[in-house]
Amino acid sequence: ADTVVFDLGRPATAAEIAAWDIDIRPDGAGLPDGSGDVWTGEDLYIDNCAVCHGDFGEAIGRWPVLAGGQGSLTNDRPVKTIGSYWPYLSTVYDYVNRAMPFGNAQSLTDDEVYAVTAYLLYLNDLVDDDFVLDRETLSTFEMPNRDAFYMDDRADTEYAIFTGEPCMENCKDTVEITARAAVVDVTPEDEAARIARQAAATG
Amino acid sequence: MTKKTTRRDLLRGGLAIAGAGAFATTAARAQGDPAITELQPWMQQLGEGVDARPYGMPSPHEAHVKRRSVEWLTADPVSSVNFTPLHDLDGIITPNGLCFERHHAGIAEVDPAQHRLMINGLVDYELVFTMEDLARFPRHNKVYFLECAANSGMEWRGAQLNGCQFTHGMIHNVMYTGVMLRDVLATAGVQTAGKWILPEGADASGMTRSIPMDKALDDCMIATHMNGERLRPEQGYPIRLVVPGWEGNMWVKWLRRIEVGDQPWHHREETSKYTDLLADGAARRFTWAMDAKSVITNPSPQAPLTHGAGPTVLTGVAWSGRGSIPRVDVTIDGGKNWHQARMDGPSFDKSMHRFYFDFDWDGKPMLLQSRAHDSTGYVQPTKNQLRQVRGENSIYHNNGIQTWAVDARGEAENVEIG
Repeated sequence: ADTVVFDLGRPATAAEIAAWDIDIRPDGAGLPDGSGDVWTGEDLYIDNCAVCHGDFGEAIGRWPVLAGGQGSLTNDRPVKTIGSYWPYLSTVYDYVNRAMPFGNAQSLTDDEVYAVTAYLLYLNDLVDDDFVLDRETLSTFEMPNRDAFYMDDRADTEYAIFTGEPCMENCKDTVEITARAAVVDVTPEDEAARIARQAAATG
Repeated sequence: MTKKTTRRDLLRGGLAIAGAGAFATTAARAQGDPAITELQPWMQQLGEGVDARPYGMPSPHEAHVKRRSVEWLTADPVSSVNFTPLHDLDGIITPNGLCFERHHAGIAEVDPAQHRLMINGLVDYELVFTMEDLARFPRHNKVYFLECAANSGMEWRGAQLNGCQFTHGMIHNVMYTGVMLRDVLATAGVQTAGKWILPEGADASGMTRSIPMDKALDDCMIATHMNGERLRPEQGYPIRLVVPGWEGNMWVKWLRRIEVGDQPWHHREETSKYTDLLADGAARRFTWAMDAKSVITNPSPQAPLTHGAGPTVLTGVAWSGRGSIPRVDVTIDGGKNWHQARMDGPSFDKSMHRFYFDFDWDGKPMLLQSRAHDSTGYVQPTKNQLRQVRGENSIYHNNGIQTWAVDARGEAENVEIG
C-alpha cells in the first residue's frame, strides 16, 4: 500500500526481451512463426529424444513416459503422459523449447520444436501422419484431458473436516500396526551409522 | 526405573545405567571414568590456530550429519532431490550446508557479474537489474520454511522409507535476507491488467511457475542471503524467489526474469507436475499452500533411543503454510491418549516450530505420533483421512500424521497403524 518507487534498474532493450521471453501460453501467446510436420518430427525425435524417452514415447528406465496411458487416470497405477494427462499443447511446445533435450536445452529451432511437438501428438494417436503444426493449429488444438483440472478446493472440501478440537483421552481401545517400512526395505542404509546405533542400543 | 528415582539413588549404585558405554561395569566405575582420570590429547596439546579454518566445518564426529539421497526415486541425480537430516538437527534453523536440494537441471554455477533480473510484460517500464541494483532496495529479514510439494509423497501407499530424513526431509527453514518483490515490481509499474507473474530461472530447466499478483505483492521476496551469508549455489545463488508458505517448486532459483501477464501460463511444472490427481481421475491445479504438518524427529528410525528407560526427550518440528503453530499434540500409545507438547523457541509465521515432550519412558514399546494445530484452527489429519478425500495417487501435499513404532530396545520404525 505504501510502496515507494525506487529509481533503480535500466530499460530492457527489445533484443534482450526477445532473447529471454520465450514463454508460450495456451491461447498461443508467445508462439513464433514457423511450422513442423510429423515425419520431420520423427527424425528429430529419434536423433534427440528416443535415447531417454524410447522410440514410441514409452520411456527408458525411469525417464518420463510421453505417450500412451489414455483412460488410465482412475487406475490403481495411472500412466500420466502428454496424451493421457496434459491439458494444453502449448505446454509441450514451451517445455521442449526451454528445457529439452535434457543436457542440451534450447538447441532446437522454432520449426524443429513445432515438428517434435507434432510427432508427440502422433505418438499419442491424437493426429494423423500428415499433420502439420503451426501457430494456428497449435493454439486451437484441444487436448483430451483439458477439462479434468480444477482450482485448488481444499478450503471447501478439506478445511471443515480437518478442524475442531480433537480427542485427547481414551480415543480408541486398540491399536495395531498395518504397514511397516522395514518390510518394504528400500531405504538407503548408512552401514556405519547402523552399526553405531546397534552397538549403542545393546550397550 | 520409576519417577521416584532420585539422583541420590543412582549415586548409591543400586541401579544399572543402560547405555553408559565403557563406564558401565562395576570395576570401571571403581577406578573412575577414564574420560576424567586419564589425560586427553586436547587437554595437553595445542590445537589449530585461527588461520586453519577460514570457513569452518562441523566436527568430524558429526560427519554422519549430511544430506542423503534415494537413488531409485529419480532417473538421474541431476533432476533429483536429496534430504535434510532432520533427525540430527535441533532448534528451527537449518544449517545452509544441510538444506535439501531439488534441481531440475543440476546446480547452475552462476557468475553474479553476468547475472541479470529482467521484468517484462504488462508493466510501464520493462527493466533490467544487476545484482548491485537489487542490493539498493530496502532489505528485509524473514524466517520461512521451504517444503517440496512432494515431501512425504513416497508414503501415500503406506510406510516405505525408514527415517524422517527420507519421509520428511524435503524441507529446510532458514532466515532469508532480501528485497520485497512488490518494491521491485513497483519500480517497473505493474499495469492494471497484470494479474499474474511468471518467475523464470536461469538454469537449463528454465524453471517457470505462474503466481497470482496478490501473492507477489503480499510477502514474496527476492532473496540474496540465507542465514546471514549469500545463498548457496544449490539454493539459487545469486538470487532466488521466496514464496512464503507455498510449495517449494515455486521458489524459483537463479531467478533471471519475471514476466507480468493477465492470465496464468499453465507451464509444465503446473500441469504435468505439481497437479494433484484424485481418485476420480480429475486433478487439482494450483495447490499452492503447504498445509499444517509435523514430524517427531527424535526418536525416529535413524535416531533410536539408546539410553533405556527413564527421563526421555521426544522432539520434533511442525509448520504450516497458512500461519504459525500454536500447538502440537503427541501420543506415545498410538493415539489412545494425547499430550500437548511444549512449544519452544521462536514462533514465526510460515516457519518451522520446535516442540518437545519430556517424559519418563517405562521401557515398553511405543507408537509415537505428533499432530500439529495451525493458527487458522486446522488440525493435521491422519494419512487415512487424506486418502479418503484424495485417494493414493495425488503424489504431492501429503501432510498426514506420521507414526514411529519404538521397540523395547529403543529402535524405531516407520509404520502405519489402524
